[in-house]
Amino acid sequence: MNLFADAIAWIFDSAHWGGPNGIDSRIIEHIAISLLVVGIATVIAVPIGYLIGHTGKGRGIVVALAGAVRALPTLGLLILLALNLGIGLQAPIIALVVLAVPSILAGAYAGFDAVDRRIIDAARAVGMTEMQIVFKVEIPLGLPLLMGGMRSAVLQVIATATLADYVGGGGLGSFIFLGLQTGDYSQMLAGSIVVVVLAIIFEIIFSTLQRLVVPAGVTATQSPRVRTRPVRSRTA
Amino acid sequence: MNWITNNLELIGDRTLQHLAIALPPILLSFVLAIPLGWLANRFASTRGLVLTIAGLLYAIPSLPLFIALAAILGTAQRDPINVGVALTLYGLALMVRSAADGFSSVDSDVAQSATAMGFSTAGRFWKVDLPLAGPVLLAGLRVVAVSTISLTTVGAVLGIQSLGSLFTDGFARNIQAEIWAGIIITMGLALILDFVIVQLGRVVMPWTRVATTRAKKRDRTAVRAVLS
Repeated sequence: MNLFADAIAWIFDSAHWGGPNGIDSRIIEHIAISLLVVGIATVIAVPIGYLIGHTGKGRGIVVALAGAVRALPTLGLLILLALNLGIGLQAPIIALVVLAVPSILAGAYAGFDAVDRRIIDAARAVGMTEMQIVFKVEIPLGLPLLMGGMRSAVLQVIATATLADYVGGGGLGSFIFLGLQTGDYSQMLAGSIVVVVLAIIFEIIFSTLQRLVVPAGVTATQSPRVRTRPVRSRTA
Repeated sequence: MNWITNNLELIGDRTLQHLAIALPPILLSFVLAIPLGWLANRFASTRGLVLTIAGLLYAIPSLPLFIALAAILGTAQRDPINVGVALTLYGLALMVRSAADGFSSVDSDVAQSATAMGFSTAGRFWKVDLPLAGPVLLAGLRVVAVSTISLTTVGAVLGIQSLGSLFTDGFARNIQAEIWAGIIITMGLALILDFVIVQLGRVVMPWTRVATTRAKKRDRTAVRAVLS
């Protein structure tokens, strides 16, 4: 446990805070990369997921993509992109978006798919237009599952962003790789602890969000057995 | 492509090292998850606890976990054991949830009939609960197998040899073919293992072979499996 004490001491050493390589700026960098990626992936995946969920056409694509991305070794994709695009942030961002899209797509699609068909028929029967059905029925009812997909994407992205520095992308992985090169195990372990704490904080935030977005009508009328299981997949 | 034909032996070695790291955790997490999943499902109080721990465990990024495990286990930093233990923990985190879902998918009328017919708790577990939970367990095992094969590559950045070493080596020496070879073989291994598991499932659970599904229904089940 001495190793852990050293690592904790490393984290709380004021020399390791402040400046461009400080723990604080690396945390901000890590979070910024992760949120940017999830933002881009959401803009791409949600409309497509909703389209597939609403029309019921193209389910196979969602299944195939989710399966393929689970088998895809992230590290390989990241390195391949880095060799072609050069060292820096570009390769990690593209690789991370590729990883995040399938989870969010599956969440958006599954959210629509899980809506009871009778509810949609009822909505149509009371005269809702197709757009009203999408915006007033399917989207609210599908939110918990979409949030589950986003939670899974965030988890995956925060984990994989740790690898970004292997190709010069910065983030909290920089402590791990710097420590690895200089044989400084305290620094490696310290970087690891910070990433783990960050990942767990985000997991807790998103699991809470997932519970909060269950529409009031759903919680009021029945036991809240809305599917809230996350779309899980991890490649890093 | 020249690189690949010139280095078949290296690729073979890395593939074997990869399987030696990845296969035991897949097996181990499956075996360990069944009693835990049963326990989680049996008592209302344990379910939340077991599943919450599994969820948090799964949220831990892999590279930091490999590093921390070296300190926790007192092993060397490049010991493949660290990766093996981490992969077992991830597999367990996924599989416990599948197992709990599998056991809760057993129709309670069926379970009660079994008890009424005089099955002991153990007898019911082996002859009723476990076989009926089988398809869900199988779906979980497929997810675990594929993601474990893919995750094994991450250890390469710490110098733990696997197919991931083809990525790090290809990066250091700027050989694209080597990286492509690593990606394709890793995905190929995952596909083959997935196929083997599906076939094993058909042998062990012959009743699932009956074609019950239209394409639409099958796709839906597949999405559910993906969501596990």
